[in-house]
Amino acid sequence: MSLATTQSIAEIRARNKELIEEVLKVYPEKTAKRRAKHLNVHQAGKSDCGVKSNIKSIPGVMTIRGCAYAGSKGVVWGPIKDMVHISHGPVGCGQYSWGSRRNYYVGTTGIDSFVTLQFTSDFQEKDIVFGGDKKLVKILDEIQELFPLNNGITIQSECPIGLIGDDIEAVSRAKSKEYGGKTIVPVRCEGFRGVSQSLGHHIANDAVRDWIFGHLEGDGKPKFEPTPYDVAIIGDYNIGGDAWSSRILLEEMGLRVIAQWSGDGSLAELEATPKAKLNILHCYRSMNYISRHMEEKFGIPWCEYNFFGPSKIAESLRKIAGYFDDKIKEGAERVIEKYQPLVNAVIAKYRPRLEGKTVMLYVGGLRPRHVIGAYEDLGMEVIGTGYEFGHNDDYQRTAQHYVKDSTLIYDDVNGYEFERFVEKLQPDLVGSGIKEKYVFQKMGVPFRQMHSWDYSGPYHGYDGFAIFARDMDMAINSPIWKKTKAPWKEASRAKLQAAE
Amino acid sequence: MAQSAEHVIDHVELFRGPEYQQMLAKKKIFENPRDPAEVERIKEWTKTAEYREKNFAREALAVNPAKACQPLGAVFASVGFERTLPFVHGSQGCVAYYRSHLSRHFKEPSSCVSSSMTEDAAVFGGLNNMTDGLANSYNMYKPKMIAVSTTCMAEVIGDDLNAFIKTSKEKGSVPADFDVPFAHTPAFVGSHVTGYDNALKGILEHFWDGKAGTAPKLERKPNGAINIIGGFDGYTVGNLREIKRILELMGIQHTVLADNSEVFDTPTDGEFRMYDGGTTLEDAANAIHAKATISMQQWCTEKTLAFVAEHGQDVVSFNYPVGLSATDDFIVALSRLSGKEIPEQLARERGRLVDAIADSSTHVHGKKFAIYGDPDLCYGLAAFLLELGAEPTHVLSTNGNKAWQEKMQALLASSPFGQGCQAYPGRDLWHMRSLLFTEPVDFLIGNTYGKYLERDTGTPLIRIGFPIFDRHHHHRSPLWGYQGGLNVLVKILDKIFDEIDKNTNVLGKTDYSFDIIR
Repeated sequence: MSLATTQSIAEIRARNKELIEEVLKVYPEKTAKRRAKHLNVHQAGKSDCGVKSNIKSIPGVMTIRGCAYAGSKGVVWGPIKDMVHISHGPVGCGQYSWGSRRNYYVGTTGIDSFVTLQFTSDFQEKDIVFGGDKKLVKILDEIQELFPLNNGITIQSECPIGLIGDDIEAVSRAKSKEYGGKTIVPVRCEGFRGVSQSLGHHIANDAVRDWIFGHLEGDGKPKFEPTPYDVAIIGDYNIGGDAWSSRILLEEMGLRVIAQWSGDGSLAELEATPKAKLNILHCYRSMNYISRHMEEKFGIPWCEYNFFGPSKIAESLRKIAGYFDDKIKEGAERVIEKYQPLVNAVIAKYRPRLEGKTVMLYVGGLRPRHVIGAYEDLGMEVIGTGYEFGHNDDYQRTAQHYVKDSTLIYDDVNGYEFERFVEKLQPDLVGSGIKEKYVFQKMGVPFRQMHSWDYSGPYHGYDGFAIFARDMDMAINSPIWKKTKAPWKEASRAKLQAAE
Repeated sequence: MAQSAEHVIDHVELFRGPEYQQMLAKKKIFENPRDPAEVERIKEWTKTAEYREKNFAREALAVNPAKACQPLGAVFASVGFERTLPFVHGSQGCVAYYRSHLSRHFKEPSSCVSSSMTEDAAVFGGLNNMTDGLANSYNMYKPKMIAVSTTCMAEVIGDDLNAFIKTSKEKGSVPADFDVPFAHTPAFVGSHVTGYDNALKGILEHFWDGKAGTAPKLERKPNGAINIIGGFDGYTVGNLREIKRILELMGIQHTVLADNSEVFDTPTDGEFRMYDGGTTLEDAANAIHAKATISMQQWCTEKTLAFVAEHGQDVVSFNYPVGLSATDDFIVALSRLSGKEIPEQLARERGRLVDAIADSSTHVHGKKFAIYGDPDLCYGLAAFLLELGAEPTHVLSTNGNKAWQEKMQALLASSPFGQGCQAYPGRDLWHMRSLLFTEPVDFLIGNTYGKYLERDTGTPLIRIGFPIFDRHHHHRSPLWGYQGGLNVLVKILDKIFDEIDKNTNVLGKTDYSFDIIR
């Protein structure tokens, strides 16, 4: 199936360019012009991928993107486990995002932890007409009474809030005062703001800055003795336990993780983060803002890292250790050495089954680039990738550190384009989201969800790499993909056999 | 190290090992956790009658509601028409959510577009988004019809779909005679069942009443056909196929409106079918001539049925008919309305369901159940339980209204097994949690979210409802018809037997009852 291996770079480039031209033909002229800027073939040596990004999606094209609310409630705030997050507005947003992101946490749900509960103000027509602030006041009281062990509350705005002129900030201030300085955070993440989830991340970061850091008092927080080795994990949502399989490595090398943002995180951890010696940033896209803020305000350096696949993990461990003394540097080497036998065994087992297989990705956040190394560790090749809500700095990082010459790049791809690309390039695997999964499986293309790890995971760290390798193998090498054609449909069968 | 290449373990086992357990224990100090004794005290307190009283006194906060918003229902109904693309006017994130939600339940693709309105559209209105959006969708996805509905954003700013579609057509977005039915589906009114109703009514109105003033209204020429409307239904694939089988058995000329049983169950054979099956647009138009329209779910079709009745048809509605009597009523109604005899085969199928109930009812008899879900589903399941001699102790529907409560209460009052049983309209699953603690039952029937209640209260969950994310393929089997009744019976029985086995399997202690025959 792997077309790429039999062609030269020039041929692949020409084919991909032609493919882009072909796809653009479907559009009305104005749309074709706009979409053309988001599609490109990567040229080695360029500083970015040559596509426009973080621009409004075009109406009616079936963009895969979500909204600011999804970026704030769904991604950044939702995993903070000891706070109640109110989906403020009509019932749907909270309902569709209820429990579906797999941000693992340890806690007594409904008593001291609230991640997998759906709190909503369930707006009715009268709330739209008369405003929802009074209802919000009552909701905050009801939460205090029925969930007394919550450590804080956030108000995640849905579209109507900003349109009907509610003053959730005033309500938050008043109620916080009434409850003795309780942390109540209004978040203006209405879904119509911005062009994708991305602005929601930014707004959520700003809310942490203004309503958590902005309210820190000198009352002895944090409640533990600082050490020179304190770090915070930023931008890991603990999907399937990712942050845990990362944390264990950092601690094994001698660091102390004082906060997780935000998977399995707590308000106390957010509040303690200004005491960290280094912020280590996994999902740059969703949490670079607060990292930059902490650098500016508290002088905490931050460094990006990548815990997908052994090559990048080792590189990252050394990079992180570079901020510390020899003890930590030795610790990093010790960790790399400790896990080398596992890495060797995983690669020995899975690489022969996956060598040369091609992959097309379309995900959000950091993954369109971060997972490339893990595939390469298994001998696989990523021939196309794109970001749901990336910015130019993401494409720069992608171009400079990750993708190969002639890789097909598609920003804010839509259903039509993605189907045509996959149909034409026939990758051995597509890694994208739930909305894409069944489309490609119907086409007979193996698929893994690369947002939720397809209900598996963790994929971070060495433990996670073993799972990643197993999962890619079971997707690609499932016997079912050889049986999608009925045996009596002779012509197609002959073609399939010839292709094998 | 617990991980190995020979036996790769994932999240289910990985974190249980000592390294991770120690790590998580050490993490606690940074969390500023609550005193475990206090956590325990509050946990126990939430199980009390006192907590229940406070919980039921809630006026503003909803916790774990069992309902979604209108446009989800509109999308669900729209894809039930031939080559129809649902187009939701408003913010784009909503559409990503509907598609994900439907895909997670059906394990199928779900195609739908958004007009991607942002801040500028919030200020100036979404006309340009509609105009560009329709043109793009039309060119890219080659639909035969685009069915427009709205998110709450478009509703709050007051966009006028009728005018916008008209203007878009004038600007050449789609041909003037291209079908673009529409429905306003504000998320702050009703729920997904309301959205289903509005969208379906919008489509029928489009075809029957002159396509928004662009064509003559159809004149009804009554024929002998029957229209069937399934309503919002997680089992639409199995159910609509079963209904069609019954109609064909009886030789009844029929049209299933919003027939999405194919598009949510396409084969994997190398081809992605964005559209598949569905009510043809011709059939949708001709449905005006039918003798009668039957709705399988009253509360999904209140406006639609009223609209159909205004056009002179007989209308009959059911409440998610499950089991013997409800199916009898449905079959008899079909026969009455069509004048067709009920074939012997259906009598035999009925007899098999009676046979199964007679064989097994002693295991269900007297058992107490809590049920939650959409209003019609709750009613249908409660009626079946009463028929089995079981007690539907708590019947809760977040999107049920007062009329539903009255009808539900009347049903419960009509049976000796319904005495002391209670219907709860407008309540959510946090209310249900209190009910299960203070008035325990033997089994809970509900959707996937019921697993949280099962975990907290220990009430075994029988998964029937929407959405079901964590079990696969059940939507392919019917719950309607005598065959469907049998499926529901088996689901209930399997859980009952599993529970008996689970409670009698301690070696040398309880396993005298670990019977091989039950």
